[in-house]
Amino acid sequence: MEGVRPRVRVDSAAEAGDIVEVKTLISHPMESGLRRDGDGELIPRHIINRFTAEYNGEMVLDVEMHGAISTNPYFEFDATVPEPGSFTFTWYDDDGDVYTATDDQSF
Amino acid sequence: MNLTRRQALITALSAAAVAGILPRSASAQSLDEAISAFTGGAEATEGGVIITAPEIAENGNTVPVEVEAEGAARIIIFAAGNPNPDVVTFAFGPLAAVSRGSTRIRLAETQDIIVMAEMSDGSYQMAAQEVKVTIGGCGG
Repeated sequence: MEGVRPRVRVDSAAEAGDIVEVKTLISHPMESGLRRDGDGELIPRHIINRFTAEYNGEMVLDVEMHGAISTNPYFEFDATVPEPGSFTFTWYDDDGDVYTATDDQSF
Repeated sequence: MNLTRRQALITALSAAAVAGILPRSASAQSLDEAISAFTGGAEATEGGVIITAPEIAENGNTVPVEVEAEGAARIIIFAAGNPNPDVVTFAFGPLAAVSRGSTRIRLAETQDIIVMAEMSDGSYQMAAQEVKVTIGGCGG
């Protein structure tokens, strides 16, 4: 969908093997499919159903999401940074769209 | 949290569902179905899982929850009192420094959060915590 904006904040690793805290936020209504509109009709589900965080192609976290994740999904977790490189964050929308963000780590 | 109380809750939920009291979408699973989908029917032992969530959540639309289980490969959060109990599953990869995840969830009403962890040896551990909700999150 249009206008979806991911934001990430990642600590900077000082040396190989450091643990960094990762915080991610993405703007999305996360329509659960259980709400009704003014006419009493169910509003169809439209959520981000998966989020992944990888570093230099290796998995950090793979999240399966359901309709009970709040509007503008937020995640916080810890990653090991084994060498300089970059994080890739990917969000998968029900409508087929994919949103990405990256964060470089150089030390 | 004792097992007897949870069992009573599950029974009450199932009875309410049969009576058509709970709003249920076609895809909604019952809590015990959702749990066995995660564990494959294996027993879970209590302990080893840390839940950090408020005792009282004023706004059920956005309740901060953090879960951690040392050495867990996967951690799942269930909201026992939501129309669909599945909330989120964290699968930790080789570069996860700690088996910890923090997010914000919707809770339709006062209820138990049930968290289960799949350990690296294939066993399951669990914990539960009640969260009192002042204003329910719609359609969680």
